[in-house]
Amino acid sequence: MKHTISILVENHAGVLARVAGLFARRGFNIDSLAVGVTEDEKISRITIIADGTAYTLEQIEKQLNKLIDVIKVRHLPSEELLSRELVLIKVACQPSQRAELISLAEIAKAKISDITVNTMTLELSDSVPRIKNFEELLRPYGIKETVRTGSIAMQKGGASMKL
Amino acid sequence: MASERMTVARAMVKVLEAEGIKTVFGYPGAAICPFYDELINSQIRHVLVRHEANGGHAANGYARMTRKPAVAIATSGPGATNLITAIATAYMDSIPMVIITGQVSSEQIGRDVFQEADITGSAEPFVKHSYLVKNPDEVPVIFKNAFYIAGSGRPGPVLIDMPFDIQKAQIDFEYPETVDIRSYKPSVQGNKLQIKRAIAAIEKSKKPLICAGGGIFTAGAENLLCEFMHIADIPVVNTMMGMSSVPADDDLFYGMIGMHGVKSANYAINNCDLLILLGARVGDRAVTAISRLEGATVIHIDVDPAEIGKNLAATIPVVGDVKNILGEMIKLAKNYDHYDWKQELSEIRKTQDKPLSPSQDGFVNPKAFIRTLSAKLPENVVVSADVGQNQIWTCNNIRLKSGRFITSGGMGTMGYSIPAAIGAKAASPTSEVIAICGDGSFQMQFMELATMIQHGIAVKVIVMTNNRLGMVREVQTNAYDNRLTAVFLDGSPDFIKLADSYGIPARRVTDIADADSAINDMLSCDGCYLLEVRVAENEKTIL
Ligand SMILES: Cc1ncc(C[n+]2csc(CCOP(=O)(O)OP(=O)(O)O)c2C)c(N)n1
Ligand SMILES: [Mg+2]
Repeated sequence: MKHTISILVENHAGVLARVAGLFARRGFNIDSLAVGVTEDEKISRITIIADGTAYTLEQIEKQLNKLIDVIKVRHLPSEELLSRELVLIKVACQPSQRAELISLAEIAKAKISDITVNTMTLELSDSVPRIKNFEELLRPYGIKETVRTGSIAMQKGGASMKL
Repeated sequence: MASERMTVARAMVKVLEAEGIKTVFGYPGAAICPFYDELINSQIRHVLVRHEANGGHAANGYARMTRKPAVAIATSGPGATNLITAIATAYMDSIPMVIITGQVSSEQIGRDVFQEADITGSAEPFVKHSYLVKNPDEVPVIFKNAFYIAGSGRPGPVLIDMPFDIQKAQIDFEYPETVDIRSYKPSVQGNKLQIKRAIAAIEKSKKPLICAGGGIFTAGAENLLCEFMHIADIPVVNTMMGMSSVPADDDLFYGMIGMHGVKSANYAINNCDLLILLGARVGDRAVTAISRLEGATVIHIDVDPAEIGKNLAATIPVVGDVKNILGEMIKLAKNYDHYDWKQELSEIRKTQDKPLSPSQDGFVNPKAFIRTLSAKLPENVVVSADVGQNQIWTCNNIRLKSGRFITSGGMGTMGYSIPAAIGAKAASPTSEVIAICGDGSFQMQFMELATMIQHGIAVKVIVMTNNRLGMVREVQTNAYDNRLTAVFLDGSPDFIKLADSYGIPARRVTDIADADSAINDMLSCDGCYLLEVRVAENEKTIL
């Protein structure tokens, strides 16, 4: 089972290493990890997508809570999840293929971020399945490079994760 | 309190004084010299150990007696890395410690300069928390927080890495009076409803059992535990870490559980219908002995929510300070009667106390020896057991009516017993403190005999010589068809002569008939003493 875990941490040096180290040494698998500062600059939010059973999830939450710099841990249930990932994909693109790719981008709501004589770089922010789908559509053109940020996630609706 | 301008090094000493630290254990080097140079001006006693790991273990023993964070100090690089085993040992047993290490100057960090080691990085898995100090102005708050974190909730070691230039920096020093860490608020009070559910479960139970662990000492709950078990008439067993939390001669006490535990305790834990885990995480060595707990209700009372449900599923979790929760439970508990259950357990306890086999010629039966010793121990004795067969012989045959049993339970660190005993003796100078170790582990720590002599810390040392790494030898005998390898200790020195070279009186016992007088000699000696007990190489760990 994939779990989305949102962690508010003190924005100190070394906190990310502590969180990542904890996952590594306790044998928890991380699918993706994204980190950035929150509305309060002293606090960062780490979003981790982890794989494991209910027991693992409970252990992850409890062990994270033991780290002194961790302020709050929440498992975001998938039904209530607003989740996005940003991807940059550089594909081979001959001038004759441009129109085709541009219309693909339009359908997927992706942006054209860069273009050269024989490449085009597309940018898409969307849910993970839709990003995967987009990547598959581009694959026949020849993907030269893909960069993904890892998911960030937030609870849907008016409520927010408070301290 | 007005602030005062001073160096960080001086402020560090002021902090230790403000925390009520009387003794610290350490080993200097250039990177920690600014601090040592200020320590001269303090009443704080510095015990120079002979290896940093032993400084850590000594602080561990000290903290177990005072139940407050104890301080160990080392220099940068190898000094700091030498401490890692002691940090890990303390972490596994939830011992409160503040560890101070010197570090190379801030501007040199990350360049692999002489004696640079990333100690906060390398010790990360074994610390409750750590700091690499970057801003000298934060020193007072960091130290305040470090002592608080180390000693509160589930205690543990906290490391503060102090770069050389930071120690020499000037700050306006004022030690904060209060702590406020928004991300760290350990829960102390147990949930009232959960406590009521626990009591209801006890009320229903015909065969309840308390398994008391090291958390009893952390909480200072020994007396309340005794009160509670007698009110509710509930038999008690111990994990290794919980040994001596209940007087061994209490009729409700049935011994130590686990892989190396006694029959009555393991039978009790497998046949109870209600298990009350009190400050015990029931590590794997303790749980292996549990084969058929299914169906039993489990009440798990622990200050660390992460331990509940980790090794054993809990029916009724209660998170909080064991002392508080026991206090609440005493208010609610009635005088139950578990006569039949106690009878059932007592029958087993009686049969397991069968007479020991006679000692082999030229050797002493170690179990018989420990029993003889046990009968002679004074009130409030501290017994520090090492790791190996000697540890299990001690655990299962020592019967402390008062005092304290300490050992490296979680990590099983050889070389723990003597430095930990030094720490315990420094903290409780009026208690008799006895370290019991094997000939293997003795050779990992005998350099500390010098520390005992130099600082007048009168620890008694018992070495059980079997010329083997006995516990490993036994594993090879049982699981590897007796293919013995790398367990022979030939080449060991004459321990009596060794003790003599330190000026420590010593005696060797090779006949159980001499045990009595040898133990008397040891106990009547005012200073340090070394007693060597010759044990046969084929002696079994368990009866
Ligand atoms: C630092 C360390 N190294 C290795 C071990 C593995 N080990 C456990 S018991 C033991 C043998 C101990 O020998 P000794 O101290 O002579 O005690 P005995 O078992 O003979 O009583 C060893 C090597 C350990 N526990 N700790
Ligand atoms: Mg031995």
